[in-house]
Amino acid sequence: MSYNLDTLYRQVIMDHYKNPKNRGLIEGDSLTVDMNNPTCGDRIQLQLKLEDGIVKDARFEGEGCSISMSSASMMTQAIKGKKVDDALAMSHLFSDMMLGKEIDTDGFDLGDIQALQGVSKFPARIKCATMAWKALEKGVHEQD
Amino acid sequence: MDVRAIKDQFPILNQEVNGHPLVYLDSSATSQKPVSVIEAVDRYYRETNSNVHRGVHTLGTRATDLYEGAREKVRAFIHAKSTAEIIFTRGTTTAINTVAWSYARANLKEGDEIVITQMEHHSNIIPWQQAAKATGATLKYIPLQEDGTVSLEAVRTTVTPNTKIVAITHVSNVLGTINPIKEITKIAHENDAVIVVDGAQGAPHMEVDVQDLDVDFYAFSGHKMCAPTGIGVLYGKRELLENMEPVEFGGEMIDFVNLYDSTWKELPWKFEAGTPIIAGAIGLGAAIDFLNEVGLDNILEHEKKLAAYAIAKLREVDGIAIYGPKERAALVTFNLGEVHPHDTATVLDAEGIAVRAGHHCAQPLMKWLDVTATARASFYLYNTEEDVDRLVLGLLKAKEYFGDVL
Repeated sequence: MSYNLDTLYRQVIMDHYKNPKNRGLIEGDSLTVDMNNPTCGDRIQLQLKLEDGIVKDARFEGEGCSISMSSASMMTQAIKGKKVDDALAMSHLFSDMMLGKEIDTDGFDLGDIQALQGVSKFPARIKCATMAWKALEKGVHEQD
Repeated sequence: MDVRAIKDQFPILNQEVNGHPLVYLDSSATSQKPVSVIEAVDRYYRETNSNVHRGVHTLGTRATDLYEGAREKVRAFIHAKSTAEIIFTRGTTTAINTVAWSYARANLKEGDEIVITQMEHHSNIIPWQQAAKATGATLKYIPLQEDGTVSLEAVRTTVTPNTKIVAITHVSNVLGTINPIKEITKIAHENDAVIVVDGAQGAPHMEVDVQDLDVDFYAFSGHKMCAPTGIGVLYGKRELLENMEPVEFGGEMIDFVNLYDSTWKELPWKFEAGTPIIAGAIGLGAAIDFLNEVGLDNILEHEKKLAAYAIAKLREVDGIAIYGPKERAALVTFNLGEVHPHDTATVLDAEGIAVRAGHHCAQPLMKWLDVTATARASFYLYNTEEDVDRLVLGLLKAKEYFGDVL
């Protein structure tokens, strides 16, 4: 079998990698969580502003490969303005997507995130894609 | 040395991965196994499997002979004085931990120093961090020179009469630096410190003579030298091992067991509690036979040539950064411009080329290099110049693939 790199590195992923959204932390009283992938050294700092059950702002800083950094960019874009519960629901959807499960988007518009579906075919890279979402879950738990 | 004929003895290398003939360049992580090793383990389970050092039955005796025969092969391989000095462990990590738990905790106190370098693998850092915390000793680092080597001058200024343990790698798994162990050992001994050598990347690739080096402890893993996973060796000087307490207790390692106290077997068995790694040791014995047949001098010469060829070829790749000194073991750590090493490794994998990407269990060294991760191609006796050429082609492909976006 030969595998097709284009299923992994979709153009929209490369666009987010090159021009990330919401990258760079800001001063303020928001919640900051650190997450890293100890097997490869990727790391992310996620900054969340959660108010009245709403994700008011989400920003990140970090170092990592195209998959981990584009995933962080897409995630912050997707959860901004969402209810915290909905952001968590999206995180679960994303986990299922990485496991290669058929997903019911349940009314959520995954938008650019759909482009990461191909990662599920590259088991060694799944942890790169999920790192930002794990940071989100950790942040919400810390808030509680 | 006929590399083609050697390669043919490794069945795993004769396959396609992702539609391309496999090029395996990750032997520093684990080496592949020749058919003679696979068959030795297979034959043991088919014909001899029995527990050692207990039963009076015939299979038990045969298994014991094979297991202890493997110990003798290891002794001869590293030129130790006696098989009493050869302890079978799970690998290098367990071997170093044995010294850290047994020797370090019994002999260190506040004010004493443990000296290591910044090029160490995590398995030669964390056991000493923990031992320092437990005893109140201080952990000190020998600084590296700009090219990733250790100068004897720096060793002399870091090691002091307060130093009780010097722990250093024989060969860096990232930089490929080959450390002057004999000279460093001399400096350690002048200060009445013992030296512990992480030989995980040394013993598989070059002749090691523990008596000539005069090292106190030398640890290495079987799986990086053609043997199965789960078997490794701790060499220790007899007089040191005699005075050390075991770190694991149970069957196999005892002399007499009373209700409230027990005594231990003699060396090396007092350090081998429980049913040992019998098949692994036999596999290691077969691997040593294999390596001896090829000849370690031939292996080292082949690898040095290959490393020089690889560095020359890789330097031609535009935008590549290569880490480590000029004089080096058979591995090349690099980064390809702005392309993240994971992405490089994924593109190479699509071409059937296996390399390592990440921090290589050496986070302090990554910090020193001022990178978060690198890619690494590591070679062994079965690798050829064609493998290097395929790597270079793969890297050009990665550059082309990411060139548009970066």
